[in-house]
Amino acid sequence: MKICITSQGQTLDATVDPRFGRAAYFLLVDPESMSFEVLANQALSLGGGVGIQAAKQVIDAGAEAVLTGNCGPNAFQTLQAGGVTVYSGVSGSVRQAAEAFKAGRLTADVQASSDAHSGMDRRQ
Amino acid sequence: MKPFPSIAVASGKGGTGKTTIAVNLAWALSKSGRRVQYMDCDVEEPNGAIFLKPSFQSKEPVLVEVPQVNLDKCIGCGKCGQLCQYGAIVSLGKQVLTFEALCHSCGGCIQICPTEAITAKQLEVGVVEQGMAGAVDCVQGLLQIGSVRTPTVIRQTRKRSRADAIRILDAPPGTSCPVIAAARDVDFMLLATEPTPFGLHDLKLAVGMVRQLGLPFGVAINRSDIGDDRVVQYCREENIDILLQIPDDRKIAESYSRGEMMIEALPHYEPMFLQLYESIQSRGSGR
Repeated sequence: MKICITSQGQTLDATVDPRFGRAAYFLLVDPESMSFEVLANQALSLGGGVGIQAAKQVIDAGAEAVLTGNCGPNAFQTLQAGGVTVYSGVSGSVRQAAEAFKAGRLTADVQASSDAHSGMDRRQ
Repeated sequence: MKPFPSIAVASGKGGTGKTTIAVNLAWALSKSGRRVQYMDCDVEEPNGAIFLKPSFQSKEPVLVEVPQVNLDKCIGCGKCGQLCQYGAIVSLGKQVLTFEALCHSCGGCIQICPTEAITAKQLEVGVVEQGMAGAVDCVQGLLQIGSVRTPTVIRQTRKRSRADAIRILDAPPGTSCPVIAAARDVDFMLLATEPTPFGLHDLKLAVGMVRQLGLPFGVAINRSDIGDDRVVQYCREENIDILLQIPDDRKIAESYSRGEMMIEALPHYEPMFLQLYESIQSRGSGR
């Protein structure tokens, strides 16, 4: 199984990016083996609809779940339509997030965790 | 200047008296026997009608086209989603999601679909109303709540422009897309401000905008005897004409608060607006 964790860097020790649509990277992690693959967020350069495009990229990459800080309504709707489960409120390192997921400590979201555009201009 | 010029009343800062100036200018000109059209282009909060009290005779929806997908015809090629720069349509295999609020109505997805699975659906984003207030032809645009298509509604409002009347445009505040949509092609722009640090700050932004548009313009100072003289100083330094100064008269505020026309409640202010028009006429053809 592959899960997608939004990340500020390209390693397992990088910090989880608190935003979904405007995350720098998506790390596709296999929680069993901790092997991973790095995807640059291709939607970052777009002016609008970023969450939707990012969701499309994650769905196409075959992720079954997204672990992130916050996920807006358009991205959430798209991920849901693509059969991807969203876990928001995730922080710390990518590795910690993957371990928490594997241990079953995360709860899946039933709705978007933030308003549209919440990730704009909030680079941390 | 043209016999029937279009004059936009704009401002950087909101609440500086754009509507007060626009409606009283329109009313004074009409009373003097001129043919006048008042166009409320402040479509997010049109309120000139509160003062002019027109009886609107027509009401026309402002429609834009957004995609609608027939999934029976869709082959899931994903070309629509790849084309759209706004994420307004996204193809997930046999499922296609559309986000109408993000759509810019370019029609690209409809064109690129190889199986004609996407067709245009009309979406209402606002209305344009028109009617008479005395002899003033009033047009007003109103944006639907929740819609972001402000310039679309403004352009649709402007389409009602009459070539045989002086057009007074009540522009939206600010310096971005809405005011540009309302006033980019007018014959003259009057910038309303107030003599405060806020008024001065936003006047400078508005002057930058109107200079970039290359339009003749002048300044109107509302409540001219409050605050300080820095707006006047700025205008002098920048060689900008101050064409109107409305004093801080409690009686004006009272008539405003009752939704009355200033020049009806206080007729001695009427010549001031006719004088303003003469000033605009004499300057408009210059610069």
